[in-house]
Amino acid sequence: MQSEKQSNSPIKKLLQSISDASLVPFLAILTAVVIGGIIIKLVGGDPFLAYKGLLQGAFGSKKALSETAVWATPYIFAGLAVALAFKGGLFNIGAEGQLAVGAVFSALIGYALPEWLGFDLPVYIHLPLAIFVGMLTGGIWAGIVGALKAYTGGHEVINTIMMNYIALNTTSFLLNGIMKDRSPTNVIARTPLIAESARMPEIFDGLRIHWGFVLALLVAFFIWWLLNKTTLGFEIRTVGLNPDAAQYAGINVKRTIILTMMLSGALAGLAGSIEVTGLNYRHELGFSIGYGYDAIAIALLGKSHPLGIVLAAFLFAAMRNGATRMQFLTQLPVDLISMIQALILLFVAADAIVRYIYRIKSKGERVVLTRGWGG
Amino acid sequence: MDWKRFSFIALIIIVLFGVVVMIGQVKQPPLLIVTSMLATTIAVATPLTLGALSGVFCERAGVVNIGIEGMMLTAAFFGWLGGIYMYHIFGFTPAVSIALGVFFAVLTGGLMSLLHAVLSITFKVDQIIGGTVINILAVGLTGFLNRQLFFGKGSVFGGSVPGSPGVLPTIHVPLTELFTSICGSSAACLQNVQAINRVFDQKPIAISAILLVFLSHYILFNTRWGLRTRAVGEHPKAADTVGINVVKMRYANVIIGGMFAGLAGAYFTIESVPSFEPLLTNGRGFISLAAMIFGNWTPIGAWAAALVFGASQAMLINMQIYRDVIPPAWSFLQESYIVGLTPYILTMIILTGIIGKTTPPAADGVPYEK
Repeated sequence: MQSEKQSNSPIKKLLQSISDASLVPFLAILTAVVIGGIIIKLVGGDPFLAYKGLLQGAFGSKKALSETAVWATPYIFAGLAVALAFKGGLFNIGAEGQLAVGAVFSALIGYALPEWLGFDLPVYIHLPLAIFVGMLTGGIWAGIVGALKAYTGGHEVINTIMMNYIALNTTSFLLNGIMKDRSPTNVIARTPLIAESARMPEIFDGLRIHWGFVLALLVAFFIWWLLNKTTLGFEIRTVGLNPDAAQYAGINVKRTIILTMMLSGALAGLAGSIEVTGLNYRHELGFSIGYGYDAIAIALLGKSHPLGIVLAAFLFAAMRNGATRMQFLTQLPVDLISMIQALILLFVAADAIVRYIYRIKSKGERVVLTRGWGG
Repeated sequence: MDWKRFSFIALIIIVLFGVVVMIGQVKQPPLLIVTSMLATTIAVATPLTLGALSGVFCERAGVVNIGIEGMMLTAAFFGWLGGIYMYHIFGFTPAVSIALGVFFAVLTGGLMSLLHAVLSITFKVDQIIGGTVINILAVGLTGFLNRQLFFGKGSVFGGSVPGSPGVLPTIHVPLTELFTSICGSSAACLQNVQAINRVFDQKPIAISAILLVFLSHYILFNTRWGLRTRAVGEHPKAADTVGINVVKMRYANVIIGGMFAGLAGAYFTIESVPSFEPLLTNGRGFISLAAMIFGNWTPIGAWAAALVFGASQAMLINMQIYRDVIPPAWSFLQESYIVGLTPYILTMIILTGIIGKTTPPAADGVPYEK
């Protein structure tokens, strides 16, 4: 009878489906936070003070909120990148490398293009160009893996990881060599500052939150639209669910795999170029350590749904941002956050454990996320 | 292993050795370069060999394990930490502390793989996701404990990393002594014997890795245990029908695999250098998987593939030694970032299958439902 009632009102139905979808992630977070608290207690800290610091640091002031949004921006892009690949039946562990490649090339366009051309570009050409090149290079970087998967069957999990190391080595090579900031005081592996015309304008004076954040929300909506309302989205999802059936239905599976990887890489590249054009105004070695892995956790926590990813990105951003305040209050190292995040990921990925602990019955079929070496 | 893959392996190793000999010969005689390259190759291939064996056991039983990287990292940390605790806190002698360190590393590998087994066999979590969880958990756990235990408030060691009890000793094979009488008064003969002797002077984990390759081969293909392991990895339903406990076999093999990964972890912090740094495994767990795939899920094949990666790493090390004599036309070899790409690119080439397609066990990665 209850289900009849719910089907009467579409809003109630929507709320029901949201609460169904978010129940397990919520319990996973709760469990991880409790275990994190026990660990803090074990190493001699005060869990309540630690979590209080975390909340204060993340949401306690206007500046804290702005910083949380700054952290959330690349997380949203990178989380969407991993989620899009998941939808297409691919596991992209390489967001880290794609992000670095996007950032390097965005920075290159940002600082070198006016020099090459010999004149200054207007902002409405230079900025979009820098962002576009970041997306494109990130897309190509991932597209290589997609092509290898489509034509040779080389597994994308290992190949994206290898591409991460290749990206890391290559960017180190570039940033220590031809792209290094030549100003006399500089000893760090980083590019010169990008031109004014390649920078995003500020939203508020004195706060670091930038238009990239707004763009991230728009892109999240765009990805939802792409996946659910377009032919391409349908093809991606069909290939993800069952490549054989997709082939039979006349979908070009190889093309779809490559395209999915390219789109996924473009999103990760966008994360990198937004960091360069919106926040740092240059690319510095080692700024992206761990984004790629966090992105996997965010995509899983958000159940690969754009809205879920925005929320999960906020959670992770809040934890990263609040960690400094937590460290200040309790002297616990910031790395604690990585561990709590890993626990969240553990319980989200292994939702069977959460269901077992809280005695929740599973609804529907299990979703195939990845395939073994053969597929 | 078919001839195609073996000749590819031989070719790559010859090319890598050849480059180093060509560049280094102005400084040292070729024999000396080849033997020292060979010695380095065998040593640095150790964690890859053990990692690949770890993969072979897990996947032959039908469980994909991409968490080897994380298992190695955690084992490297806890093995090292265990050694330090035994030495500084419990006051054991360095030798005993080191031995216990290895024990802790193997134990840690076993425990981490137990987690993987629980996730993938009991809870039927997607195995690649489960492995990724282990990798991320390993980074968080080791990073946190490394900072908290050594630099945290009220930490046991009060803000500094204490000296580790040391590394495992090299086991000397007395070739030189044996040949002294045969060589007689010929200095050149003795020099050559000494050079060759270097190849055999390896450390305990490196030696046991090679022994384990052949032991694993025997176990997998010549014992009842091995037959059962392969049965649950190829066709668990059939295995179940004839009375083999699929769940038990999978658990056992995943844990054995984890202990191999643990020994590989011990190589980093107890055999190679007596220190730990975050992320020190640097992708070698994943490269081991490529070696396993290239070796067609056989121990000996995986070992051969691991040697290729070892050789490419040995080349990188030797390029640093001969840095000053690299001819200008080859100057790109000076760039360690570029030479360092070799194993990663090799891995990707191998995975394309252009050098012979390999076949995974039929039920690899599929949870067993009765």
